[in-house]
Amino acid sequence: MLDYPVGVAIKEIIDENANVKTFVLDAHLEARPGQFIMVWVPRIDEKPFSLSKISGDIAITVQKKGKATEKMHEMRAVEILGIRGPYGNGFDAGRAKSACIVAGGIGAAPLVPLAEALQNSTFILGARTKNDLLFEDRLRKCSELYITTDDGSAGEKGFNTQVLEKLLAGGKKFDAVFCCGPEPMMRHVFEICEKHRIPLQASLERFMKCGGLGICGQCSVNGIRVCADGPVFGNEMLGKMLEFGISARLKTGKSVPLKEYAEWRQK
Amino acid sequence: MSRELLQRVSDSGAGAATIKSITLNPREGHHNPTIIGFEAGLMNAVGYSNAGIEEAKKEFADLSAIPIPIIASIVAENAGEFAQLAGEIDSMKQFSAIELPLSCPHTPGFGLLAGQGTPEATGEITKAVREKTKLPIFVKLSPNVPGIGAIAGAAEKAGASAITAVNTLGPGMLIDINSRKPVLDFKCGGISGPALRPVAVRCVYDVYESVKIPIIGVGGILTGRDAIEMILAGATAIGIGSGIYYRGMNVFAQVCREMEMWMKKNKVKNLDEIRGQAHA
Repeated sequence: MLDYPVGVAIKEIIDENANVKTFVLDAHLEARPGQFIMVWVPRIDEKPFSLSKISGDIAITVQKKGKATEKMHEMRAVEILGIRGPYGNGFDAGRAKSACIVAGGIGAAPLVPLAEALQNSTFILGARTKNDLLFEDRLRKCSELYITTDDGSAGEKGFNTQVLEKLLAGGKKFDAVFCCGPEPMMRHVFEICEKHRIPLQASLERFMKCGGLGICGQCSVNGIRVCADGPVFGNEMLGKMLEFGISARLKTGKSVPLKEYAEWRQK
Repeated sequence: MSRELLQRVSDSGAGAATIKSITLNPREGHHNPTIIGFEAGLMNAVGYSNAGIEEAKKEFADLSAIPIPIIASIVAENAGEFAQLAGEIDSMKQFSAIELPLSCPHTPGFGLLAGQGTPEATGEITKAVREKTKLPIFVKLSPNVPGIGAIAGAAEKAGASAITAVNTLGPGMLIDINSRKPVLDFKCGGISGPALRPVAVRCVYDVYESVKIPIIGVGGILTGRDAIEMILAGATAIGIGSGIYYRGMNVFAQVCREMEMWMKKNKVKNLDEIRGQAHA
């Protein structure tokens, strides 16, 4: 098994917005939507990223947030990043006929290839402002797109979860919901899906070390490893994760409230 | 390591579990990449990341729901700190034994890089811990020494209850030929998994000839066959870590089942019948 980073060239860098760039890499991988790769920034760090493009040359979409991603944002095409993977279970698009996809902020990254694979899903894209919206063009081509922004600068003012609730209240039937985004948002989506008895698949994020190898325990949520057992979890597993939406572990392994974890991840 | 992961390992068929090593103060450890897999094993330089003894007291405050013995692993920069940590662990009354890894090959201030792998230092640290606790003490040794038997002997003399053999091999290094840089952020790391196994078997064999106390054989055990091999070399129990990477969480139950199958086929009723038999 080859589970060490192999350097590949950055082929193209797409500016998605002021804080987010997509890196198209000179690499092909057999992967499914929702799987992730570990990306090594030589001499700096190694971090997990979901694939935002799978067919042809793979791509990752990176929000500037901390040392490693700041360095990535300074990089230019032809420079080298190390990759290993893909890891994790990914989404199971399976038999979904009328799927709803709920994305918050950078959480849209693993959901775009899913929407493109599904075609004709309902996609609720949430962001802070108009400028933070991601993949609008790609999503319009393959899904029925709803947009929400916290400040109302585009689409509906408010949260993506409100649209989901409204659609369900209006009698819309979904046989599957997929989501990725800030964890409090995903917790809310989970509660909505539980109430309406809809199968949910949520992609979780935790700080990782072995990243996909499943042996270090760093990303454990109530004994469940996000890197090897997930990162995508269904209703039953989410129900067992008492820490889901509540707490996460710092690099020392100390468990802290999600807010403190999120602040630490900005560094 | 979390209490719930210990629970999960217990549910998966392990007969005992060792926690990730605790230090006095919280440590973030090395930067990523800290753990990678290569053709013949795993290589890691985690750097003893842990939340420190005060957090450990909260995380492991109540292990009573876990039916298997839990072994506390402690690491420190000197004998005095080891003794202090051992005292804290002892007073928690949750652990069944204390492991002293005096053998990490890649963390400045600890293990081999702090000179803890000599017979003298091993004896001194073991003695200091023995004075603080009546719990069984397992001393974990390095394979990267010319005479592992002498170090095991020093541990036994100083009051060790068992020898854990062995810690990781190396350190080794892997260089990415495209970026032309070492892959691990610490540049080098300890090797575990299949690459380590024959070295570990030889170490267990050597330790068996040097001490009377039991040996816990660790290093690249993936299958029942590998476990039987360790028992033949002289191990009383075996430990599995990297095996989780190769076979998943069920590795514990699988290894047990494979051992039982071998025993049945070879008409071995009790492992004592074959323990150390490679020495005959």
